[in-house]
Order: sequence, then structure tokens, then C-alpha cells
Amino acid sequence: MSRDNILHKVRTALGRSAGQAVADVPPVRLRVPEAAMEDRIALMRSRVEALAGKAVRVPTMDAACEFVAAAIAGKTAVASNAPYLEECGIARLPGVRTGIREVGELTAVCAQVDIGITSADYALSDTGTLVMIAGPAESRLVSLLPPAHIAVVPRERILTGLDELFTILPNPAAQTSSMVLITGPSRTADIEQILVRGVHGPGQVTVVIVG
Amino acid sequence: MSVEFDRKIHDTLADANLQLAIYTATGRLKEKRIEVTADNVLPDYQELRTQAHALKQHAIDNLDHYLEEFERNVEAYGGKVVYCKDATEVSDFVLDLAKRRGSKLIVKSKSMTTEEVDLNERLEHHGLESVETDLGEYILQLAHEKPYHIVAPALHKTRYDVADIFTKELHVARETVPEKLTLIARGVLREKFLKADIGISGANFLIADSGAVALIENEGNARLTTSAPKIHIAVAGIEKVIPRARDLAVFLKLLARSATGQLLSVYTSFLAGPRRVGEVDGPEEFYVVLLDNGRTKLLPDRSKRESLYCIRCGACLNACPVYRKIGGHSFPWVYSGPIGAIITPQFMGVSHEPALPFASSLCGACGEVCPVKIDIPKVLLELRSDVKKSEAREGQNRIEKLAFRIFAWVMTHPRVYELAGRMAASMAPAGDGKWIGSVPAPLSVGPLKAWLSERDLPPSPSKSFREMWRNR
Ligand code: SF4
Repeated sequence: MSRDNILHKVRTALGRSAGQAVADVPPVRLRVPEAAMEDRIALMRSRVEALAGKAVRVPTMDAACEFVAAAIAGKTAVASNAPYLEECGIARLPGVRTGIREVGELTAVCAQVDIGITSADYALSDTGTLVMIAGPAESRLVSLLPPAHIAVVPRERILTGLDELFTILPNPAAQTSSMVLITGPSRTADIEQILVRGVHGPGQVTVVIVG
Repeated sequence: MSVEFDRKIHDTLADANLQLAIYTATGRLKEKRIEVTADNVLPDYQELRTQAHALKQHAIDNLDHYLEEFERNVEAYGGKVVYCKDATEVSDFVLDLAKRRGSKLIVKSKSMTTEEVDLNERLEHHGLESVETDLGEYILQLAHEKPYHIVAPALHKTRYDVADIFTKELHVARETVPEKLTLIARGVLREKFLKADIGISGANFLIADSGAVALIENEGNARLTTSAPKIHIAVAGIEKVIPRARDLAVFLKLLARSATGQLLSVYTSFLAGPRRVGEVDGPEEFYVVLLDNGRTKLLPDRSKRESLYCIRCGACLNACPVYRKIGGHSFPWVYSGPIGAIITPQFMGVSHEPALPFASSLCGACGEVCPVKIDIPKVLLELRSDVKKSEAREGQNRIEKLAFRIFAWVMTHPRVYELAGRMAASMAPAGDGKWIGSVPAPLSVGPLKAWLSERDLPPSPSKSFREMWRNR
């Protein structure tokens, strides 16, 4: 079996013995800058828009629900099981499928509908990123299969950036098998470096900041 | 092989369209990288490079430790680690698993490591359908070609080429608009994703303290590959391991910036094991294949070991005046450009393509842009000396002659024009093949001296590429 053979080769080449201790990992300084909430929101919006996503800010959960209702009018949508969408009333909007807990059904629905609606566990303002942690509340496919993605995010979840994320969440694997950072709409430039959006993932991403 | 190297370089130089395509694409990537790493945009850039280098150095110097830690954690989350020494072991593992699960269709996301072991060909040889899903890789799979560039695999294909390929292979109506071509691919591949039993991805990082793989991409095909099918297999070189999840804060800031000039790529997936209780979707089985395939050969020598720090961002290709002239397919293996020039001889042995370490002007651009600060020029010099040693051992000067011929050409051509900010004009001498054999006198005193002696005396191009393009 190659396992032992490869590890043996590695150790011999490095002059190490099995189980030999290692020096401390070089320090990585995570910097979490002071940034007022208003500044985070402003930066988040401008980053998302620079990526050709859409970013809107609404004052209340009701207003978020209204915004989503208008955005999905005449279209089909699936909502994740995030409690926040329930609280906003979005999960109960007409035409929205939600509460799906079986993978086959979820896949079939997500492959059919026009819009996937999620919340997000965090957002990173300095890159315009949504952080999606898979669990009972959020799945992988709702933000992936439909051609459009709407994420409804309460403003207090907006962090400054990666450093703050890894400060808060030094060990994501302890809580999920899948954490995905989404930064703008799916894109490719594989043909003559011409930017095309929506190649495999959603071509439209809308971030609704609440509060 | 060396005659092949000569011929491919010659063909690339003689193809005006290809020259323009390489020059434009690498130029654009190069500029975008400069914009997002500028002092006022990323004041920490140099510090991040230093940290990234230190982290990689630490991980590689203690590789056995981190591999074992990674393995323990993958298993703790219900995944499985499979060590493979070479291409055959990788394909045997996949074939066996596919057989046991009755799987016929495999979707693949972009992975240089699987290119390295010709995984698709091997699987298809045994009757499995293995489909590349990154748009560029898909185009190349249909065209039966290898990636032209680590990051932009189909960089050499025009929309018309793609239209021809799709019309011929997919039997669709001819379209030449990139948006429409993309939609065609999306449609075909979407069906494959939903039908596939197994998804095979690469891994940009293996995170030891989390038992996780990190995948970085823009299209969403890696997410689909790792989310839709019941089985996810990540194939990665053993050198991809980093100690902790938080180290990603350093690497993520560097990788997308260096590769495509983005602050972050569109999707960064951090995947630890199969779907857990309470999660609605995701694979039921999760495997990580850890591949040696020659990597352990790079470990004994301290400075050459650095070659394993590479995060495959492609920045050195875009910065390299030689890559920008001779393109990706001139290189004898899947890895091209400066990183290809240093890892190919070490993985395959220097006599595989002795000219390779000489296909560089040692201008230093690669080392300057490398986000993990690999001293590529230094490794190139060491490999040149290895070529000379192996030549002495083999008692023949064929190797040296071929190597120097490449070197001579490099020294007398591209860099100088790049410095002048002009499109290189080496097509005329290349077109009639005159450069072959035109070894300048200073070479007799060794490559480095020659380089230094030539350095301040750039011959001026008789005609720039642009002029030739206009007059063609
Ligand atoms: S050697 Fe450095 S610059 Fe080149 S691909 Fe690897 S990480 Fe990027």
C-alpha cells in the first residue's frame, strides 16, 4: 500500500522520523480593522455592484419581504430553510417553495425554478462576499442551481473581511461539511477573455441588506 | 523530445494569430494583477507574500506531520484519504470505486493534478464517461488538447475555433458569440451534473487542522461537481497541505489577485467530509486522493524543495517573456511557463527535456510576481547545472547542444522587446527557421556570463509584431 511508502519517502527526504514534533506554525496576523456599520454597508454595496451584482438596502424585515415579493413576481422561486427568511415572511410568499429536506426533491426543484432565495451566515464587505454555511438552514444547491440568487442578510452579519471571518470562525469544519464564499455572479472568461456571466452558477446575484 | 520542443516553438512563433492571442491574454492578466496588488490597494501585499512563503516552507519541511494530521481529520469527519504513488494508482482507485458503485458518468472540475496523470483518458479507456466541466477545459476535452495555460486553459482558442469544435462535437447550430457558446456548454453540462454519480475535483489547498479541501473557481462547476453527485473525490498533490484554516486568510488574498486580478474568485469552497446529519444536500461519500507522482523527489534538496510551494496561480507564465512567445503547448508536459520549466525536469528527470531549464532569460520576472516567493531563477540555474552533470555522465554533448540552442534563441529574442514595451518581433527570424543554429559567440563562456554580457545590449527589433500584423 502506497500510504506508508510515500510517508516513508517524505520522512527520509526531509530527515524526519515518524511522529517527530514540529516547530510552531509561523504566525499569521489577522487584522480586524475598526469599521463603522454604515461604512461596512456602503463598501459591501459598492463591491457587489462592481462585480455586476445588485445590492439593495431596506430598512426592515417587512421591506425585505416586499422587495423579494416584487423581484419574484411572475417567476418561480425556492427558498432555503433559513429561519431568517421565515421571520421576514419571505418563505410564505406565493410561488415560493421552501421547507425541502430531501436531497432528490431539492435538486429537482432547484433545477427548475428561476430564483433561489437564501440568507447568509456572514457577508464580507471588503470583497462583497456572501458566506454560506451548509446545515439545516442553508443548503448548497439553492444558491447554485437557479439562474438567479437573492440573499437576504441582516446588517449585523456584515464583517469587514476574511481576517474577521477566520477570527470568528477559526475552525469552520467543526460546524459544517461545506462553507462557500460567494463573490459576485458566476463568470467565465475562457473564450477570448470575454467576460460571460452565469456559466454554471447564478448569473444574477442580489444582496438585500436589512437594517 | 527535443526536436519536438524545437518544432513546437517554431510553429508557435510562425502563427501570427496565436502570437496575438497569447500576447493579449497574458498582457491583460498581467495588468490586472498589477492593479490589485498595488501599494495603495493592498498595502500588506509584500507581508502577505512573506507569510505565504513561511507557511508553505513550514508545511513542506514538516510534510509528513501535516499529511497525517490532515488524514486524521478527514477521517474524523467521515471521509477517506487514499495515497497514490502514480497515475495508475489514481485511475485504479477511481475505476474500482466506480465499479463497486455501478457508476458510469463522472463530472470533473478543473485540476492540473488530474491532467498530470491523464485521468480522463484512463477512465475513458475503461468505458467510463468523464466530462470536464470548466468551460475552457471542456472546450479542450472536445478538441482533444491539453491546457495551454494553468489558469486560462483555452487561451489559444478563438470564438471561431470554439464554434467549430461545438458544431462538430455537439452537433449544434453554429454560434460564434461567446455568450451563446457559453449557454450551449451550460445546457449540455447541466444535464451531466444532474446525472453523474461521481464528481472529481482538484484541490487548491488541503487544510490539515480541518481535514478540508479548499477549491477556488469562478464558474460554479467545482461547486456543482462537489455538491450534486453522491460521491466526491478530490485529487491533490501531497504538497498542497497547509496547517490551519486561518492560513487561508493569507492565501486567498494572494491567489485570486495573482491569478486573475480579482479580490477573491467568485466561489471559494471549503469542504470537510461528506454531508452531515441535518444537512440537506452534498455528497454521501468523500475521498481525498493524495498523489506523489514524483513530488517526493523534490524534497531532499532545500532550495529545489521550494518548487513545491507553488499555488498554481499562473502569474509567472503571464510575466514570462519566453512563455509569452513560445506559448503553453511548446512545453513538454502539462505545466508550462517558468513553473513548468522548474517542475517538469524534477518530476520527470532532467534528460526528459534538457532544454527546458534553458528556456529562460533569467530576467527574474517570475520570481518577482510569485505570490509565495519561489526563487524560480535560482532553481533554474541549479537545474542547468544538473543538465550539465547528466550530460557529462552520459558522455555526449547532444543534450548540451540542444539546451544551448534554446538558450541562444531566448537570449537574442524576446525579453529585449518586452522591455521596450513593444510586441515582440521575433517572427521574421523564427519564420524562416534561421534562429536554429545561430548561436552567438558569448555562449562559449557559459550561460550566466552570456546573459550578463548581453544584458545591456539589446538588439533592436527590425519590425515590431504590430507592424507585421498591419502589413501581413
Ligand atoms: S510558481 Fe509562483 S507565480 Fe508561478 S504559478 Fe506557482 S505560485 Fe504562481
